[in-house]
Amino acid sequence: MATANQPFNAIVVGAGPAGSSAALALARAGLSVALIERGEYPGAKNVSGAALYAPELLADLLPNYWEEAPVERYLVRRVITFLSQEASLAIDFRTDRYAKPPYNGFTLLRPKFDRWLASKAEEAGALLITSTVVDDLLYEREQVVGVRCRRDDGDLYAPIVIAADGANSFLAKKAGLQHEFRADEMTLGVKEVLRLDAHTIEERFNLTGEQGMTNEYLGYATGEVNGGGFLYTNRDTLSIGIVTQISSLAEKRIKAYDLLDQFKHHPAVAPLVRDSVTLEYSAHMIPEGGWAMLPQLSRAGLMVVGDAAGFVFAAGLFLEGMNFAIASGLAAATTAQQAHAEHDFSALSLARYRKHLEESFVLQDLKKFRHAPAFVNNERLQNVYPALLCQTAENLFRSNGTPRRKLGRVMLDTMRGKVPLRTLLRDGWQAGRALFF
Amino acid sequence: MEPIEERLDLVRFKVDKQPHIRLNREVCKECDTTVCVYVCPAGLFELLGGEMHFSYEHCLECGTCYVACERKAIEWEYPRGGWGVSFRAS
Repeated sequence: MATANQPFNAIVVGAGPAGSSAALALARAGLSVALIERGEYPGAKNVSGAALYAPELLADLLPNYWEEAPVERYLVRRVITFLSQEASLAIDFRTDRYAKPPYNGFTLLRPKFDRWLASKAEEAGALLITSTVVDDLLYEREQVVGVRCRRDDGDLYAPIVIAADGANSFLAKKAGLQHEFRADEMTLGVKEVLRLDAHTIEERFNLTGEQGMTNEYLGYATGEVNGGGFLYTNRDTLSIGIVTQISSLAEKRIKAYDLLDQFKHHPAVAPLVRDSVTLEYSAHMIPEGGWAMLPQLSRAGLMVVGDAAGFVFAAGLFLEGMNFAIASGLAAATTAQQAHAEHDFSALSLARYRKHLEESFVLQDLKKFRHAPAFVNNERLQNVYPALLCQTAENLFRSNGTPRRKLGRVMLDTMRGKVPLRTLLRDGWQAGRALFF
Repeated sequence: MEPIEERLDLVRFKVDKQPHIRLNREVCKECDTTVCVYVCPAGLFELLGGEMHFSYEHCLECGTCYVACERKAIEWEYPRGGWGVSFRAS
């Protein structure tokens, strides 16, 4: 381990997608970099759905990496399903245009993928230090100059520290960049990985070869609790889980794992997971507050990336994080290179990190869809409209020998007494502002 | 419902002797919401005879409990490096 006498050019805390991308880019640029991970191996503490979108973000540094990386399936099919207690209504999109490099997205499993990505940073020259918790930052006056690891002789020095320490980011809070979280801006995801042979997955989900799909569920997926469900196909496993707003769980006094059970037994879900064997259960917190909970992103000697910065894009139709993590890690690395070239690690110099993010989708998407988190947690979007959609379909398609009504009439009759027109219009406006215009 | 213990049996834990979660029991005594019991995805909090009990050994290290606790009675830090939960399949 290096000592105070041998400072690094940069220290990255956390070997998830954000941290490893930053370390990889820095090492490729010829800078000495330490990549510190608290888990036994990178990915040991990490949980995602997991779907990696915009895989081309890493392709500049790792051309055609999908041929080698432990990704599960490339995504050609995307389903969004509205659930009521008994019924479901889905939008099912599929295209072969997503079926060729650089692809639109992959499913993956974090313990495998994160380990692989960190190994790429190592190959490029980064020093990976596992089983090591960073407890605090080291300062000289206002300047961050290193990190304090929880071990003997655990002080490591560098003029640049990149906090990629995940959703809980104690470093961002200790540095005064992030506030204490509120229970309404954080969600809890619980997940199971289910073993199912590849052939059955392909048959059951209408896929061939390496093709994969994501299915996201709105409405009754989480009962009365604000949230949603997901079911993703991996090579020979399924990832199934629910994501719930923590304040809503607390208010309704319901346990997330009971909701997951209920979701797995829903009549529209149970046949998809039939005969599978649960391999692992996991849980993770997700910073879904979006633009409203954005921290200050840097100060002298320090930048915050990935989940640590709240870079999760949870906008109803989209639920993305790893692509934001990678893009922010790369932007921090670019900023660090500029700072080293100019020997300027001041707050002003590192403020260029935010500029880079403003030029990329990271801050543009978070800002553009800043009204989406509130819309997603709208009580009626969560608990009323999905059921109404299912009920409309049920009434429309019911065949019982009585005269049919036209669609408009069926819709009006289904809605009557459930949602006042004024409320419907107001929600429509909120939906529009969140997603359409 | 599948018991949470069966799910946790599938997860690998390397349990440190030193707990990484501490409760301020004085504050817990006065708590009437006990949201930790509901939000913990490992079901580690349990109200027994009016007193809050918890175990840290099967903690999934998500942080939900300290975020949800309105009274800030939960002192929470990461376990020592290399200890705690290690996800293998997720």
